[in-house]
Amino acid sequence: MDSKTLRYIIKRILLAIVTLWAVITITFFVMKAVPGDPFASEKAVTPAAKAALEAKYGLDKPLFQQYLSYLNGALHFDFGPSLKLRGRQVTDIIVDGMKTSAKLGIIALIIATVTGILLGAVAALKRNSIFDKIIMVITTAFVSMPSFIMGTLLLMLFSITLHIVPANGAAKGGLILPVITLSLYPMSYITRLTRSSMLDVLGQDYIRTAKAKGVSERNIILKHALKNSLIPVITYFGPELAYIVTGSLVVEQIFAVPGIGRAFVSSITGRDYTLIMGTTVVLASLIVIMNLVSDIMYKVVDPRINLE
Amino acid sequence: MAENPLSMHVKMEDFLPASEEEKAYMVQMRPSSTFFKDGCKRLFRNKVAFISLIVIVLITVGSIVIPMIWPYSYETQLGVQPGRPVDASFNNLAPMEYSRSEQAIIAEGGKVFPHLFGTDAAGRDYFIRVVYGTRISLAVGFFASVIVLVVGMTLGSIAGFMGGRVDLFIMRIVDIIYSLPDMLMVILLAAVMRETLAPVIDGTVLARIGSNIISLFVIFALLYWCSMARLIRGQILSLREQEYVLAAQATGAGAKWIITKHLIPNCISVIIISTALQIPSAIFTESFLSFLGLGVNAPMPSLGSLASDALNGITSYGYRLVIPAIVISLIVLSLNLFGDGLRDAFDPKLNQ
Repeated sequence: MDSKTLRYIIKRILLAIVTLWAVITITFFVMKAVPGDPFASEKAVTPAAKAALEAKYGLDKPLFQQYLSYLNGALHFDFGPSLKLRGRQVTDIIVDGMKTSAKLGIIALIIATVTGILLGAVAALKRNSIFDKIIMVITTAFVSMPSFIMGTLLLMLFSITLHIVPANGAAKGGLILPVITLSLYPMSYITRLTRSSMLDVLGQDYIRTAKAKGVSERNIILKHALKNSLIPVITYFGPELAYIVTGSLVVEQIFAVPGIGRAFVSSITGRDYTLIMGTTVVLASLIVIMNLVSDIMYKVVDPRINLE
Repeated sequence: MAENPLSMHVKMEDFLPASEEEKAYMVQMRPSSTFFKDGCKRLFRNKVAFISLIVIVLITVGSIVIPMIWPYSYETQLGVQPGRPVDASFNNLAPMEYSRSEQAIIAEGGKVFPHLFGTDAAGRDYFIRVVYGTRISLAVGFFASVIVLVVGMTLGSIAGFMGGRVDLFIMRIVDIIYSLPDMLMVILLAAVMRETLAPVIDGTVLARIGSNIISLFVIFALLYWCSMARLIRGQILSLREQEYVLAAQATGAGAKWIITKHLIPNCISVIIISTALQIPSAIFTESFLSFLGLGVNAPMPSLGSLASDALNGITSYGYRLVIPAIVISLIVLSLNLFGDGLRDAFDPKLNQ
């Protein structure tokens, strides 16, 4: 690794840190800007009780001090107690939700990536065939369909009309539809990405050289074409994860999956400010870190690329 | 006298003025074509883009005209009439079905305008709600893109022209906003802003549009200008270095001439293309937020909120979900395909 790559990586890490700080700061001040106090919905709060509550949650301190202690808590992955779910820590709720959501997200990520690369490679190798055309039409349709529409249509078709899979995400086999819903969009995107970059690579001189040398078709495809055409796919890992995280917000809502996405949405509708801040920071960190990793991987895999 | 082929003698007829016939030979046969005309020709030859354009125009015109001539309005609860008990038979009508009082009118020989898609749970004509929702979604997409264009163009050209510290400062902000997880920030801001904005705009014209849509526009202005600013800054920086700009300067062209004749025509196609592609993404975002309950204010419908409302009755009234779902997919798909066609037709760099 040369010094230029190293310098890029350090710069990129610094940007990620600044971004994370920006996320934490924005969430904090945005939440503080909301009119009304979090205890407004409590029944008949006496001034004394309210003062006690504020003291308990540290809301009586000056704003900047609150910000510092919040920043400190966020660094230790401690977001304080939930305002609406009595006696529960935000961190516990997030960890609980993460167990389901991570399973959902990781399976969807793997399915989307593997099938996307396979379909894209086959479509490129059989360019202009019926198979290629069908894939292009289907993927074009899928990338134009919002995830909530895809999810509800799948729910209607497979759970309500055909009764093949359960509609409730918490039931046995209930994660099948959410996984499919989440993976269709990134799968289509990766298919198109792989296809176009594969077509690009297949036209390169080194493929012709390999053919002229007498390298077998199989080896050309696996060792030269596929390997090189996967480079752009690496950059998509970050956005792919971001899509799956935001997609899980609606998908978990539709299929009633007890995950972090549903916790986030219900925290917004329920105005549970500590939970909103906690989930936002955690999900945002996930996306920022994944973007960082995929950018660095991209640079390491192909040092010729100039990302400046 | 036979002429010597090696003679250097100058022939007088070579110096005669050209005849009309010869002049006509030199005239260009076809009128000269501008870049814009060329692009349009390419665009209309692209079948997919052309069909998409027709679909977009039909949907847009339909969403504007139909509410003007339709006998029902999107917010009228047909069963609720002043001075009479609420007629619940208007609620949840199936497509083309009539309520009891309407059936009575028909039985007496009267005419009742059919409910093409039935009515919703509150007895509102569903067809007009879908049409109106389409109008709202399209309008939100269009205005959000215009806002992004204005903010991005201003900041991008400031960065490009000023250079130096200003450029560095703006581009660092762009870097940070670019790496923010946009959807999460949008949800967060939308959730907060609809609370903070509502009292601020209360009583003004803006209140009629609704605090949620205003906050959506503010969010677009805050978060989505980055790629546009980057694009325009890059264009300006690279165009300034082009040889033809140097040539124009060398032949004595002023700044005004260079900007109007070289910079703007060369930027404009890129700007139009990315604005066109911004519209479907804005519609996407709006429907996503509406689905989470952060979109337009009730009773105003948007395609996303219609789909979201339909989710509750999905087992019995599935078509209420399918209709807005099809419309929204159709709009986004045709806008995307048209945008792609526009890019193929107008991006000169792709043509080479």
